[in-house]
Amino acid sequence: MKTKTDPGRSGRLSLLWLQSGGCGGCTLSLLGAEGPDLLTTFEAAGIDVLWHPSLSEASGGETLELLRRLREGEETLDILCLEGSVMRGPNGTGRFHMMSGSDEPMMSWLDALARRANYVVAVGSCAAFGGITAGGSNEVEACGLAYDGRDAGGLLGADFRAASGLPVINIAGCPIHPDWFTEALLQIAAGRLNRDDLDEWERPLAYTMHLVHHGCSRNEFYEFKASAEKLCDQGCMMENLGCKGTQARADCNIRPWNGHGSCIEGGYPCINCTAPKFEEPGHVFTETPKISGIPIGLPTDMPKAWFVALAALSKSATPARLKDNATTAQLKTPPTDRLKRR
Amino acid sequence: MSRIIMGPFNRVEGDLEVKLDIEAGAVAKAHVVSPLYRGFERMMIGKRPADALVFTPRICGICSVSQSVAAAKALADAQGATPPPNGQLAINLVHATENVADHLTHFYLFFMPDFARPTYAAEPWSASTVERFAALKGEAAREVLPARAQLMHLMGLLAGKWPHTLSIQPGGSTRAVVNSELARISGILAGFLRFLEKTLFGDKLERVAALKSADELGAWAAEKPADSSDFRRFLALSDALRLTQLGRVNAPLLSFGAYEDEDGVRFARGVFDQGAVREVDAAAIAEDTSHVWDLGGGALPPFEGRTQPDPEQKSGYTWCKAPRLGGRVAETGAVARQAVDGHPLVRDLLTDGATNVHSRVVARLLEIARVTIAMEGWARRINPKEPFRTHGQPPKEALGMGLTEAARGALGHWIKIERGKIANYQIIAPTTWNFSPRDADGQPGALEQALVGAPVRAGETEPVAAQHVVRSFDPCVVCTVH
Repeated sequence: MKTKTDPGRSGRLSLLWLQSGGCGGCTLSLLGAEGPDLLTTFEAAGIDVLWHPSLSEASGGETLELLRRLREGEETLDILCLEGSVMRGPNGTGRFHMMSGSDEPMMSWLDALARRANYVVAVGSCAAFGGITAGGSNEVEACGLAYDGRDAGGLLGADFRAASGLPVINIAGCPIHPDWFTEALLQIAAGRLNRDDLDEWERPLAYTMHLVHHGCSRNEFYEFKASAEKLCDQGCMMENLGCKGTQARADCNIRPWNGHGSCIEGGYPCINCTAPKFEEPGHVFTETPKISGIPIGLPTDMPKAWFVALAALSKSATPARLKDNATTAQLKTPPTDRLKRR
Repeated sequence: MSRIIMGPFNRVEGDLEVKLDIEAGAVAKAHVVSPLYRGFERMMIGKRPADALVFTPRICGICSVSQSVAAAKALADAQGATPPPNGQLAINLVHATENVADHLTHFYLFFMPDFARPTYAAEPWSASTVERFAALKGEAAREVLPARAQLMHLMGLLAGKWPHTLSIQPGGSTRAVVNSELARISGILAGFLRFLEKTLFGDKLERVAALKSADELGAWAAEKPADSSDFRRFLALSDALRLTQLGRVNAPLLSFGAYEDEDGVRFARGVFDQGAVREVDAAAIAEDTSHVWDLGGGALPPFEGRTQPDPEQKSGYTWCKAPRLGGRVAETGAVARQAVDGHPLVRDLLTDGATNVHSRVVARLLEIARVTIAMEGWARRINPKEPFRTHGQPPKEALGMGLTEAARGALGHWIKIERGKIANYQIIAPTTWNFSPRDADGQPGALEQALVGAPVRAGETEPVAAQHVVRSFDPCVVCTVH
């Protein structure tokens, strides 16, 4: 038997994937990974998938026996991935999710297995923070592996460190972009994912170095405060439609989704799904809360007085083209060339 | 008599446990347990109706768009909205992309790997099946994942992303595509069609869609060797293992109908029962909670439905409620959809009126062909100069019902709006029908019936036949309980 700090069998890494209080959407998103696809990623990273609920052959007793061996430390667990929230309810018993076939709450399994793993990866905002399953008054006591909403702790405690020395790696998003996971996994396999590659919520900076605003095709509308009034309008969705792209941390408009898209490209606002507590924004998701006409949520790092002054100035200078295009479902007025008319 | 507990039951969407009582080498009795409760219906109470479009897709990562469609239809019903033709066509394309991708995922990743199990090692077809379909290692998955990912580019173009889009609204789609994007959509569909015709079917989609009977299907399969396409491979395995005799259910088949366009509903709404189709009486739907970990209150229609979780309920053995249609168990899914729609092949595949593992899988693959053909037509009919969406607000007080079809069957949302907020929200998902527990009359749910008689091979602790039966429903257990 090898010890916990081994890099893995003959340079290979074992991976166990469990699901709890979630929708499985992060796995489904991952199945759409391209360049590399998911199976190629596993191959390239030297990953032995011990078990994945959607992909593996083993079922039932065989799986339980594997989980038991991992929990007892009889077999090395390099990477533990959890998709979905930890279900602590009702009243801390965990009975809202009993691991099938085992008569034990899933949260007990997760707690024991995480303490055996070299790396613990929370896949999606549910596993990281609680996510959508913690919505409403969170009657089910859903939380993340290392956070309960914005509060450090979660299932494993604020001081938890995996055997590698890293805290839980939070690949937050609802769902994740497949590349966020495949790149993190390839980095882990190469021994190149370190603490300084993670942000203040332990999300990979590879994607949270950016704001959703970066690369947004509606940036010019934002600059001139040419705003969309209803969903499907082409203007900036910040002023009226609840868009949090100027605050949300992700590279969704730099790295396209499903080859071509993003929420904003789809005609609807960013709801900041990589952030803890995104599920309870305190307002209707598709409406911007305002005080005396000014949106409450201002762009990240921007002083309010500046924003108000700049917004007033740029609104007074909005080109007619942007005004025309902001409230239509398809761009209709092209830019003009001073040297030649259309 | 001995008891087998199968769990964690994988290659289904969500967590599942199946308890089997075995007698004389076969399943005598089955209990189906959905062990995860998340509480979506309760978390939405008090929120504004539009927020249902953010919450409900997140019930399920595999039926996400179907949940969006049901929620948007419930809101549209409440506010009297109708999407313009473009909006409906765009929604159909997004919805169809999800359903076709789900059918592919089910066939290649969830269902076929069971035939590559060691329990079949002595069968003459085992080695080639392992090579083609073994979980994580088979060559088929390596071909289907890229093809599926390319198909999902339609989601990037038409819905922003998948899963969990907000593009589907009561009045249509927020994504108004332009001519160049329509050109790209038709190109993506052409590439996908090539994959289907070369790899899955080994023939033209139109020919597969036009098969009229079990005999015609058999003759079609015999035209080429079994290893010439994955559909023929399945048909050969099904023949060898007599899957027509496995997982039989004789119950009304329920479809809420899917894909509306200007010509009406592409796949009809109805109940196929005793060889005839009748209308769905939505008022006859009620959810029984007698065997659920729930405080209960009798069998309530969804508008009056309550969800009151209580793991201490002694009579309960699952979080899944038991929906009944006029007090009867119903089965839903592609086989029901195609039987209700009158497809002659699927009608002919029902043995003495009963569904079985074979007919469920064939219906799904047939539907891939039919839906892909329909998608090409919808893409051609979009006129980018016309609107994709109408606009409106939900009223302060209203009821709304949204009925649609997910890949795995009939999906319904029922919303009650009071003082401008959600006062009640009830969801009945396809697998809630199929994997329901017993009701107050002791009637087992569809899967519980289907499992009875499944054989146990010598030395099996996880009977593979029972696994074929369970997975033949393409269950989505995260939707089931929500």
